[in-house]
Amino acid sequence: MDQLVKELLQGNRRAAARLISNIENDVPEKRALLQEVFPHTGNAYVIGITGAPGSGKSSLVDCLLKKIRRDGLTVGIIAVDPTSPFSGGAILGDRIRMQDHALDEGIFIRSMGTRGSLGGLSRSTREAIQVLDAFGKDIILVETVGVGQSEVDIVKTADTTVVVLTPAGGDSVQTLKAGIMEIADIFVVNKADLSGAERTITEINIMLDMKNETQWRPPVVRTISVQNEGMDELWQELRNHKHFMKESEKLLEVRKERVRRELTEQVEYLVKNKIWEQVREGIEIETLVDRIVHRRLDPYSAAAELLEEIDFL
Amino acid sequence: MNNPMDDKKKRGSLAARLKKWQDKKNVLTERKSSFETVSGRPVQDLYTLIDIENLEYEKELGFPGEYPYTRGVQANMYRGRLWTMRQFSGYGDAFDSNRRYRYLLEQGQTGLSVAFDMPTIMGFDSDHERASGEVGRCGVAVDSLADMEVLFDGISLDKVTTSMTINGPAAVIWCMYLANAEKQGIGFEQLGGTIQNDILKEYIAQKSWIFPPEPSMRLITDIFAFAEDHVPRWNTVSISGYHIREAGSTAVQELAFTLADGFAYVEAGINAGLNVDRFAPRLSFFFNSHIDFFEEICKYRAARRIWARRMKEQYGARDPHSLKMRFHTQTAGCSLAAREPENNIMRTTIEALAAVLGGTQSLHTNSMDEVLALPTEKSAKIALRTQQVIAHESGVADTIDPLAGSYFIERMTDQMEAEAEEYFRRIEELGGVLSAIDCGFFQQEIADAAYRYQKAIDSGERIVVGVNRFTSGESLQIELLKIDPEVEEKQFRRLQKLKETRDNEAVSTRLTELKKTARGGDNLIPKILDAVRVYATEGEIVAALKEIFGVYREKPLF
Amino acid sequence: MDRRKIRVLVAKPGLDGHDRGARVVARALRDAGMEIVYTGLHQTAEQIAETALQEDVDVVGLSILSGAHLTLVPRIKALLREKGLGDILVVVGGIIPEEDAAELLKRGDADRIFIPGDSLDSIIEYLRGSFSSNHTL
Repeated sequence: MDQLVKELLQGNRRAAARLISNIENDVPEKRALLQEVFPHTGNAYVIGITGAPGSGKSSLVDCLLKKIRRDGLTVGIIAVDPTSPFSGGAILGDRIRMQDHALDEGIFIRSMGTRGSLGGLSRSTREAIQVLDAFGKDIILVETVGVGQSEVDIVKTADTTVVVLTPAGGDSVQTLKAGIMEIADIFVVNKADLSGAERTITEINIMLDMKNETQWRPPVVRTISVQNEGMDELWQELRNHKHFMKESEKLLEVRKERVRRELTEQVEYLVKNKIWEQVREGIEIETLVDRIVHRRLDPYSAAAELLEEIDFL
Repeated sequence: MNNPMDDKKKRGSLAARLKKWQDKKNVLTERKSSFETVSGRPVQDLYTLIDIENLEYEKELGFPGEYPYTRGVQANMYRGRLWTMRQFSGYGDAFDSNRRYRYLLEQGQTGLSVAFDMPTIMGFDSDHERASGEVGRCGVAVDSLADMEVLFDGISLDKVTTSMTINGPAAVIWCMYLANAEKQGIGFEQLGGTIQNDILKEYIAQKSWIFPPEPSMRLITDIFAFAEDHVPRWNTVSISGYHIREAGSTAVQELAFTLADGFAYVEAGINAGLNVDRFAPRLSFFFNSHIDFFEEICKYRAARRIWARRMKEQYGARDPHSLKMRFHTQTAGCSLAAREPENNIMRTTIEALAAVLGGTQSLHTNSMDEVLALPTEKSAKIALRTQQVIAHESGVADTIDPLAGSYFIERMTDQMEAEAEEYFRRIEELGGVLSAIDCGFFQQEIADAAYRYQKAIDSGERIVVGVNRFTSGESLQIELLKIDPEVEEKQFRRLQKLKETRDNEAVSTRLTELKKTARGGDNLIPKILDAVRVYATEGEIVAALKEIFGVYREKPLF
Repeated sequence: MDRRKIRVLVAKPGLDGHDRGARVVARALRDAGMEIVYTGLHQTAEQIAETALQEDVDVVGLSILSGAHLTLVPRIKALLREKGLGDILVVVGGIIPEEDAAELLKRGDADRIFIPGDSLDSIIEYLRGSFSSNHTL
């Protein structure tokens, strides 16, 4: 077994940190590492928290941590911030709100940049979750900026998804993308002391009425994270949803779905790698490119030709 | 006044002449592709009567000591009394600083200005673990009334005015000053001075906050109310643009954000049920003086005019004292360079001159070594002498607002006023100063400006002599003030002894009462005063209030 | 594709709130393609060292303007060593007199000191140079 994985399983924090870096950096032995980590996963409960920039997600996580820790559970946090598409750099500032927990041994916080993935989730987020799962954390919180694709990403990753909204800016819920209503297991209306909070809550409820979900109607929790208000309710609702997921066997269902997706992805990944390996060995791609660019060949025939040549088709 | 531009023909001919001159001039090469102030404001090649053709003298300028105070808040300005030369200082323990204050008063300084160390500024006692390494480092350590007594030993508090740079725990430190006066046998009504007490700019720029905005604003209005009744000569808040500028803002941002803060305090006072004309005369301001000479002068002139107009028109102030913006100025620390520090003397001289020509009421000139450490006695003396040379040798203080009427000055004053108004509009749109802070508006604007400025220096577009041009590669050869590491240990022992000898029962009773009041809505000042009188420490009082009020966290903005 | 990035922890230890420099540097490093973990103000040495560990950074950048550098920097370096992170580069920026800078460098508490007037590019170049291709992260 890899030394780092061994140390991880012994509870070594530095090993956990290094493993996440190795995965993020796509080191050659990444797959082998993940293979060794996998048997030790499946115990953590994953909660995704998403919402617009400025909705107070980090403060919410900060407050929630206190509740979770009071119940004696350990927590891993993955805070994802966007990588600049121009420079490839990122400023990961979510920790600012959580630094009170930096020295709590029951908490491990890791900031990640999206590093070129399309959605709000880092490409390696799922793998980092596995590391923290194997590390023995009871709960894993994934915090991400809710823009576009990430909403779907987080559902693929989390057992419970919390969508954070604020009444600020006069944004009507209706103007938000319909997608956000689909993914939330729990709604949080943060900064609930601002004017417009009631309207936001009413609008969410109207939309939920129309959806008429019978099994689990997402609750709407009002919080004021700067004043630590509403956290008991939020933590209660999170536990309720977890209970529901387990009792209704929904948890098994979503996890099966997740594994199915991962399996597909892994197969595709292996096939893709294998094919490209062979292609690169035997074929001058550049000559094909030249021919296509000069319109002597079309890309559709070229692709078929290429696969024929390596006896794939 | 008869504006010559009223005559259309004359205007036409001047405009034509100007055009001709420009055409002729434009074939000449210029040494830069664009000319901008340090804030990035474009500067024209020439300003003429045309640039101020809409200027109505009485409406825009008026006379010194008269509305709208563009030309100054006193009728006779420096012909009557020079500005107060108030050098900010403090280091080590109260004994060290007391010695420095006495020295400065002997040298002809006319007011005191206390710099506190970081633990005091953040509400920690010298024995707190967070204080370690920082006691007495960039100011004086004050833990309790006992330190305050030493700090002003031999200085009669009715004879000097004292400015104290303290914000988060301003109420506590102020109460210590008041209690010390009591012990000297001096009535509160005889005390003059200033506490900075400007918490809004802490959230915006200086980042030495303790409590969240709402309880902080309550402490401030409690101070307003207490001062109104008991300490009528005290300046209860020094609304500060200095730190906004030091954080990297432009001149207009400094102007607009500072005034917006000022208006927020006025509104808070009015909302707390106070009469605007009772507390507004005790509001004072504190500006930066950066290196761009004319822009700074215009900033001060615009500031006075905006304040007077808004106070009168929007807040219904009637007392002329409510309309007069009095301000302290400090030369820009951020304009100083660590390389070839002697050059800082010249920078400071230019900045000091701008402040004086802009009509400041008091002035601190930075010492050349302040970018490296606290000033030595020698460098502090040179800094004070700089002001004395300007005051007594240069002649600039002999006539009032000598630059008024300059096409350039009046034009830029107008522009800055208009740009500030535009910022007020945006802040209003965001729901006022507190919500603009909450959504990081000011912080982002300042961060952007700071980044642009640094980039301009790095690219050589903006020249800093001895730093990115005309460098000699010489290493630093000036003597620096060393803070004795013993100070921390000494202060620690002093505090331990105090805690053993004071009436600890009284301390705990008064802290309990303070917390009770904090939970309710009564004025907190009498309770804080009671606590400091029995030598409750700053840290103890702040900790008690934190229990009730909580603490503030910053915004992640870059 | 090489997905490694230089990860830098930018922290303000101690009590001073002057974060202009820290923020400007953070932004410049991001624009130079690095990943910056920003902890915010008023951090203790323990918080900084533990954050460096959890975030597995290559560099710890400390901004100090309060004069407490001779206390704070050695303490942070000692904690890093204790955690087996002695190889993390420690870079200090701020008001640091030459004599003090020399002492921090000599004792190995800091790898490099930047003072007011040093350019952003000089910081970027230094970091890039420290992590040239032969550096194993």
